[in-house]
Amino acid sequence: MTTALRDTDTEPAEVRTARRPRRPRRRERGVDPIPWWLRIVVALVGLYFILPTLFVIPMSFSTATTFQFPPKGFSFQLYENFFTHKVWLQSLRNSVLVALLAALLATVVGTAAALGLHHLTGRLARLVRTLLMISIVTPAIVIAVAVYISFLKWHLVGSLGGYVLAHAVIGVPFVLVSVTSALGGFDPKLLRASASLGAPPWRTFLRVTMPLISRGIVTGAIFAFVTSFDEVVIALFLRSPRFQTLPVQMYNSVTVEIDPTIAASSSVVVIAVTVLCLVLQFVGTRRKSR
Amino acid sequence: MARAPKRWRTPSPHWLFLVPALALLTAILLVPLVNSVYRSVGRSDFTLEHYATLFTDGVTLKVLLRTATTAAMVTLIAFLLGYPYAYVMTRVGPRLRGILLVIVLIPFWTSVMARNFAWIVILQRNGPVHSFLKLFGLDVVLYGSVAGVTVAMSQVLLPFMVLPLFSALSGIDRRLLLAARGLGSHPLKAFWKVYWPLSRGGVVAGLILVFTLSLGFYVTPALLGTPKESLVAQLLGQRTTQLLDFAGAGALGFLVLVITLVLVAWANRFGGTISAIGVVAASRTKDRT
Repeated sequence: MTTALRDTDTEPAEVRTARRPRRPRRRERGVDPIPWWLRIVVALVGLYFILPTLFVIPMSFSTATTFQFPPKGFSFQLYENFFTHKVWLQSLRNSVLVALLAALLATVVGTAAALGLHHLTGRLARLVRTLLMISIVTPAIVIAVAVYISFLKWHLVGSLGGYVLAHAVIGVPFVLVSVTSALGGFDPKLLRASASLGAPPWRTFLRVTMPLISRGIVTGAIFAFVTSFDEVVIALFLRSPRFQTLPVQMYNSVTVEIDPTIAASSSVVVIAVTVLCLVLQFVGTRRKSR
Repeated sequence: MARAPKRWRTPSPHWLFLVPALALLTAILLVPLVNSVYRSVGRSDFTLEHYATLFTDGVTLKVLLRTATTAAMVTLIAFLLGYPYAYVMTRVGPRLRGILLVIVLIPFWTSVMARNFAWIVILQRNGPVHSFLKLFGLDVVLYGSVAGVTVAMSQVLLPFMVLPLFSALSGIDRRLLLAARGLGSHPLKAFWKVYWPLSRGGVVAGLILVFTLSLGFYVTPALLGTPKESLVAQLLGQRTTQLLDFAGAGALGFLVLVITLVLVAWANRFGGTISAIGVVAASRTKDRT
């Protein structure tokens, strides 16, 4: 497990395939075309991927008080509910706050760990890396239950601190992966060059290392933010009437109240996350064009 | 962990960089996990009674079996849809491949609750799927059934099948297939004898990965399924928050965790699994649905 973890952190599958020499495709196509039925299958699978997302947006303009589809009428009523009702606004604010703080914490400790692990080799370092990645393969429900039982004792259930700490832990692997991959393209000779020019280590870090890995850090921070912002399972266990996040309120609106405001909330969240992902894409392209 | 191997003279100062992350992980994740395992064996007076109960109470075993069956169905659907998709991804030009990849990643980008809500709308009584099935005289409502849960879960988990498959399939030299065809083999036979064996590593990795991830699903079965046919994650949650049976929940949670880690470690032997997680991590994971 440990070895596999290591070589993948540094290069995702895409990069590896991209480096392979391209085979002449055009000539093959004549001899070996993609059959028509396969094209249809792929189109249908593609629809299966996209379709559910598309249902959310028309629902958000409905005037009905149920989840009926096709939606009835056209209005901004649900958006008005979302942005004026105290429960929804409060949950949205809590979610943003939790995600910001959790992403900050995860980014700081995750970046430090990635920098440390970059210089360390051996069995123990590999074990630490695996341990830090473990929350990614642990089922969320197992984490949620264990964290809930302990947090009850530590009085962290239903508090900002509890949410931030729990979400920071699940955000660390994302930061670790993206910073490690940024460090992979980093030339260690630069550090020696900087030192030989008389820069103390902290200055080398601020002026040489940081600018070069900053995109990796930003990417990791955005992943950590989105992961926390969208996290439901742990949030459901840590909720209290005093403090809950937006996904929890959305969960309530489906299970407890039948409140179609969730359609507006879903659209807002989907659009917000898409924008963040586009930012990420933009960060990625700028790196390539250099 | 405390005892350093002899060949180290002084530990590198870089270990200090790991302290904050390890402290956070230990306090927030490891201590609670160890604590709940400790509770499950009866704290100081050791007992395995809570583990024995899992297998004798008649409910847990049934739920575990149902979870495994559901996970197997999800895995099968994801495989049947994911293999052709990944195959075509390796065949098309770079631009179309980029589009197909973005489509795969869409379920990751969509918020968990938004997606589950969408599935409720689609599968509900008198919803689009129900109306469509009624055209064929089938009065079946998928909402509130294991079948509905399976359909929704397959969609979320498809990327975890497609990505390792794509990574494995794009490493296969298609000229081998052309060679087989040139030697007079039927296309299907050429596929079965040449292409399929070469893709098996990626297939096994994808199968295990999807199966493992579907074992831990909580929100989708809770929203789209019924309490009568709950899956293991719901049972775990119910035991914790409603029955306050922390010892029993600890035992069940530990069992689920061990099964998961064993499967993940096994999948790793076929390569590509954690690399899939890496790719997913580089996009955005939805395994905690």
